[in-house]
Amino acid sequence: MEPFKFIRVQDDQSAIRAALTIGTKFIAGGTNMLDLMKLNIEAPKQVVDINKLSLYQIEELPNGGIRIGALVKNSDLAYHPVIIKKYPVLSEALLSGASPQLRNMASVGGNLMQRTRCPYFYNTDFACNKRVPGSGCAAIDGYNRNNAILGTSDKCIATHPSDMCVAMAALGAIIKVQGPKGLRTIPFNEFHLLPGQTPHLEHSLRQDELITHVEIPPIPYATRSHYLKVRDRTSYEFALASAAVILDIQNGRIQHAHVALGGVGTKPWRAVLAEKVLTGAVANEQTYRTAAEATLSQAKGFKDNTFKIELAKRTLVRALTITGGMS
Amino acid sequence: MNPSIGKPIDRVDGKLKVTGAATYAAEFPIKNLAYGVSITSTITKGRIKNIDTRQAQKMPGVIGIMTSENSMQLHYPAGSDPGNGKFAEKDLLPLQNDRIFYGGQHVAIVVAETFEQAEQAAALVKVEYDQQPAAIGFEKNIASAYKPASGLGGAETQIKRGDAEMALQTAAVKTDETYTTPVYHHNAMELHATIAQWDGDKLTVYDATQSVMGVKGLLTATLGIPSEKVQVYALYIGGGFGSKGFTWANTLLAPMAAKQFDRPVKLVLSRQQVFSAAGRRTQTVQKIALGADQNGKLSAIKHATTSETSFVDEFVETAGLATSMLYSCSNVDVSHELVRLNRGTPCPTRAPGEAPGTYALEVAMDELAYKLKIDPLQLRLINYADIEEQKKKQFSEKSLKECYERGAEAIGWTNRKAEPGTLKEGNYLVGYGMATATYPANRSASTAKATLFADGHAEILCGTQDIGTGTYTVMTQVAADAFALPVEKVKVKLGDSSYPKGAQSGGSQVSASVGPPIRAAALGAISKLINLAISDSASPLHGYKEEDITADNGRIHLKNNPNNGETYAQILNRKGLEKLEAQAKTNVSTRQQGPPVPAPPGSPEAKAEEESKNNKAVQEDEKTDRKDYAFHSFGAQFVKVLVDPDLGTVKVDKIVGVMDIGTVMNLKTATNQIMGGMIFGIGMALMENTQYDPNNGRVVTRDLAQYLVPVHADIPEIEVHFINKPDPYISPIGARGIGEIGITGITAAIANAIYNATGKRVRDLPITPDKLIA
Repeated sequence: MEPFKFIRVQDDQSAIRAALTIGTKFIAGGTNMLDLMKLNIEAPKQVVDINKLSLYQIEELPNGGIRIGALVKNSDLAYHPVIIKKYPVLSEALLSGASPQLRNMASVGGNLMQRTRCPYFYNTDFACNKRVPGSGCAAIDGYNRNNAILGTSDKCIATHPSDMCVAMAALGAIIKVQGPKGLRTIPFNEFHLLPGQTPHLEHSLRQDELITHVEIPPIPYATRSHYLKVRDRTSYEFALASAAVILDIQNGRIQHAHVALGGVGTKPWRAVLAEKVLTGAVANEQTYRTAAEATLSQAKGFKDNTFKIELAKRTLVRALTITGGMS
Repeated sequence: MNPSIGKPIDRVDGKLKVTGAATYAAEFPIKNLAYGVSITSTITKGRIKNIDTRQAQKMPGVIGIMTSENSMQLHYPAGSDPGNGKFAEKDLLPLQNDRIFYGGQHVAIVVAETFEQAEQAAALVKVEYDQQPAAIGFEKNIASAYKPASGLGGAETQIKRGDAEMALQTAAVKTDETYTTPVYHHNAMELHATIAQWDGDKLTVYDATQSVMGVKGLLTATLGIPSEKVQVYALYIGGGFGSKGFTWANTLLAPMAAKQFDRPVKLVLSRQQVFSAAGRRTQTVQKIALGADQNGKLSAIKHATTSETSFVDEFVETAGLATSMLYSCSNVDVSHELVRLNRGTPCPTRAPGEAPGTYALEVAMDELAYKLKIDPLQLRLINYADIEEQKKKQFSEKSLKECYERGAEAIGWTNRKAEPGTLKEGNYLVGYGMATATYPANRSASTAKATLFADGHAEILCGTQDIGTGTYTVMTQVAADAFALPVEKVKVKLGDSSYPKGAQSGGSQVSASVGPPIRAAALGAISKLINLAISDSASPLHGYKEEDITADNGRIHLKNNPNNGETYAQILNRKGLEKLEAQAKTNVSTRQQGPPVPAPPGSPEAKAEEESKNNKAVQEDEKTDRKDYAFHSFGAQFVKVLVDPDLGTVKVDKIVGVMDIGTVMNLKTATNQIMGGMIFGIGMALMENTQYDPNNGRVVTRDLAQYLVPVHADIPEIEVHFINKPDPYISPIGARGIGEIGITGITAAIANAIYNATGKRVRDLPITPDKLIA
């Protein structure tokens, strides 16, 4: 670990001011960042502790949506009665991630910012374009069983690790950020970036911006939602494939569908093609399978992870079946 | 007083451990301690061209940087026995030259005032290499396989009886399949750690080791210092699972650095470094062919194992050894081959040989049962081995049939449907599987010292160690019974090389090896006490014969008149003795051929050996005729699984292990050990594996986020049963070792249950969702 300057701030403005210094990183729960620092993957010059900021509220909004402070702990969000009632998919996604100890530390903002667990990114002895731009990607020709099949590029195939983000992608969350010039709103699907030729650029947050809140829009039918995660062990493991599903079904027909996939994309993967198939269709296995096929038609497998294409389809079909049932 | 052996007493060190008061190797508070951090090679094969330490040397707190350029010269160690000091990589003593044999090999040690300063400086050391083409990838190098001369401790690796090839050709029913297992890493909770401190020419080492005596022997040899100048401590060990059985470079590097920089030095490997520089289980490819008649009687078994080793030592994963004795069969052919790769050196891992070996053999047996349309349990009974057919010896004790019976009942074997895929619970397919467990019962020569104190308490010293298994606890029970004292009055001290030499913790041998001399030493002390009383005119027992006197609850008295006697304390105090000592050495080995090797003249063991000539317990123990017996533990593993056939996920629903391990010394610690082994088995069956980069041969999955071990949510209801029938030949205590048998058979039982559920025969571990949806 490299030595760094550590400061603790009391309010948003001080945080943003501190972030003007090059090489500054905010720290909240630190569950991912400390690992990255200890392994010399990140070496911030200055670490700004934002845990004193007043960003711990979960508020229902007049429009029926909900506003979540960036420092709300993953556990607190998952067990919040309103989340459990209105957005079960979000609660389930959160609880399928990490371990109770980590969820008790990890913040919502930090979860949005967590970085891939690609083993090559974690090992400074290997080439990684995300870690060292232009150095190459050891994963593409290496051991890549857990890598992505959607949104990959010839520079990077790292999977986005978050479960929470998959639910938020399906919910169409909005990220509120504050910078020197004031507030800004980032739609969820614009927050994380595809690797393309610049895998080191992972999100659209600017250096001097602070995530303050995440807003979930009102989705009355989100009570009918589910998060399903398939992995190599029962708990405390990242997804091989996961699906967040919200279905509005009336008279056996799907009126609205929100679908996102995890464990397979280089970013939390909103399954737009699946949603297209589902919307207006009869809620049955045929529809679900067609939706899964449509979304995974874009997938590209690598040496060790081609199985994820079929596994993701099955995971999505199962999640849709559990959520929508059969008519 | 009721005997303590057999009682499920709590761990005597339990409170120390849960309160954090137990001191592990890296935790000793040493004054003026400096911190070492290892820099490891980033190439797989080649030579170090240059190490530029200039920038790092200038960093705050840096005391020095040890490389092959400036490090002290080590002497080549002779020993190959871990109990006497087996260096894990005999051709790679650390920092002796510029050659690199694998990625992650130690190339330099940075020593600084704090750990953080050492870490920071280590990142600034620039190492340049000349790379050479390396042997990467098991399959790619399999053509270079060779037959090793022998395995660990001279174990036979090529075993034949009858003509298996011929018998296979004429067998009515055959199976012939290949089973593969990946590389496993031990992943003990405690990392490999050493603190070394020189006081003039005397060296004190605190080490995470399964053998304090082995480390002492190795340090003596490699550093070229007299034995009496080295003291090694390992009071508590946070798991070893074989990885701390051989000695690794950290144990040498810490004293080297401490000498060079004239400071006590602590060196702890990182979790990532442990994946390269502290052993592993090798990959195996096992070809098993079975032949049987229509009734299921085996006529042929061929078991050919190919595993891998490094270029700096040879270790054979003897997966086929159990195959030579597990079932009755006239024609057996067991062979082992090795491939050399540029990886760190493998070493014993959680039942070396037997764990992967019983996986392959017991899945093959299941496949044969299906071909024969015979219940797999029935097939085991048809081929039950009443004697050890390879050695043509009786088993010292074998109750495997009872294990099968009790296990089958506990799991509900009658609920099993032979036809795969026919039993369902909700979305899940249900499967039942079983397999036989086995592990050799080892015992080796050991020494112990017993002391009775005038205040009425007693103490045992033994140079073995408790690697987390419960040795402190069960040996307290053994000693308490022999001293005829309650366990609270007995203190067992282990993990110090200045104590009489005890067994290394490996091969499941500690209880069987050190139990008898501890018992004998304590009985010896009581005998001396009785004789003191007899010869003392002030004693109420004056003039009686020793055989008329017995000990009970801190007191000796006449057998036929308990009122006539006195306490240990009374005798010692009257005689003005602060304490009374006795030593015992039992020269019993279940593995060694030929007569026992006497202790070197003048050694502490020689003194114990001399004293043991008059120790009745030792004499009776050593008199037992063992040469006609084969010593093995057995067990039966039964499993029920639930498989989601669409998603390929497996939930182990229940496992039952019934173990035949001789006397159960402590039901709690014994259950603990078996349960731990069974959980290892779940890991092996469903998730554990280490991956190497296919291009540069370095470990890719090198932390506990990438290398999966089971978590609580993976663990089902576990039932552990014991037959608890004393083994009359292993020792007067009747207990065989229990450390490793729990992991044997269990992986196969899970694989067999998955087949029973799904009809999918996965012959490549681990059985992950991708393989079940393929």
